[in-house]
Amino acid sequence: MVPQRIPAILSRMLARLRYSGPVGQPPMDETASPLTPRREFLDGVRDQLPLLLGVVPFGLIFGALALEAGVSPMGAQGLSLFVFAGSAQFVSLNLISTNAPAAVIVFTIFIVNLRHALYSASLSPHVQHLPTRWKVLLAYLLTDEAFAIAQRRYVRPRLELAHWYTLGTGVALWASWQASTLVGVLFGARIPASWSLEFALPLTFMAMLLPSLVDRPSWAAAISGGALALALRSLPYNLGLVLGAMVGVAVALLAEKDR
Amino acid sequence: MSPGTFWLAVAGGMLVTFATRVSFFALPHLDRLPPLFRRGLRFVPPAVLGALVASMLAGPIAEVGLVGAWPRLAAAGLAAVAGWRTKNAWVTIGLGLTALWLLQALAG
Repeated sequence: MVPQRIPAILSRMLARLRYSGPVGQPPMDETASPLTPRREFLDGVRDQLPLLLGVVPFGLIFGALALEAGVSPMGAQGLSLFVFAGSAQFVSLNLISTNAPAAVIVFTIFIVNLRHALYSASLSPHVQHLPTRWKVLLAYLLTDEAFAIAQRRYVRPRLELAHWYTLGTGVALWASWQASTLVGVLFGARIPASWSLEFALPLTFMAMLLPSLVDRPSWAAAISGGALALALRSLPYNLGLVLGAMVGVAVALLAEKDR
Repeated sequence: MSPGTFWLAVAGGMLVTFATRVSFFALPHLDRLPPLFRRGLRFVPPAVLGALVASMLAGPIAEVGLVGAWPRLAAAGLAAVAGWRTKNAWVTIGLGLTALWLLQALAG
């Protein structure tokens, strides 16, 4: 198809050369559709779709496990609506079923979600020009999966309306998480116990853990965190988990320094 | 757990989660925190998830003993190897669950 491509490229180059208008109005690129909030938003939704395949089953499992842990249907949906953080929600179920105090649950959620500060730091330069209501909205919607897609938008050009794209990724994820939680709450109780569905939970965490093991320090973090959590299992309220996580980070920092 | 405690935990969980997400949006100067802090953030996911996986797999051992828990441990081991090879979340979870069902059927 080379002969057909050359004229198109040439005419585009010529269009650029011919252009001598005022600064601030770049030449129109006929191949790119005009940027509109709607277009950016829908692009964000579209690019998020493949990851929803991975999110929806977790939402279903969450709804089902929440009821099993003794949470009311309203409470299960409330966790998805207000906390809106999959892994932290799963961990809280563990604590709720052991009757941990609220402060322990909140602190554990904080530790598990601390990684979101990384995403916040990464997107921060791109949201500084936005009004506060946008920052609040995009922060509420900032999850692992939405960040994974949204960050790719910011390496492409024409960022004037990129916040609409980020909104699209966040809204797509949000809607599917809420809907799948609801379906899990409504139908999850019908899943027989012999299916050992609760075993999906450690497997889910394992599936999230494996891609984070990218170098020696991150292995050190996982192994030392896991070992300490095991050793301190007898501590009340999963405190061994929180301590293990903190020591794991410290060990990784030391391992990184050694290199 | 009483509804009061539960909803208190939900409200607190919402606040701390939102705080981590809005942190650098609201306070871009956080960048000037000691670099140790930024470097440490990177290791939060493996440390937290490693601790989680270990304590969750230890649960059945404490309940039913090493012998009773072997189908779970073997299934988890298989899932870890397959997940590491493929880097695919669905392989990890799907294979782990399937292996557990087969092993439990074997163990009777």
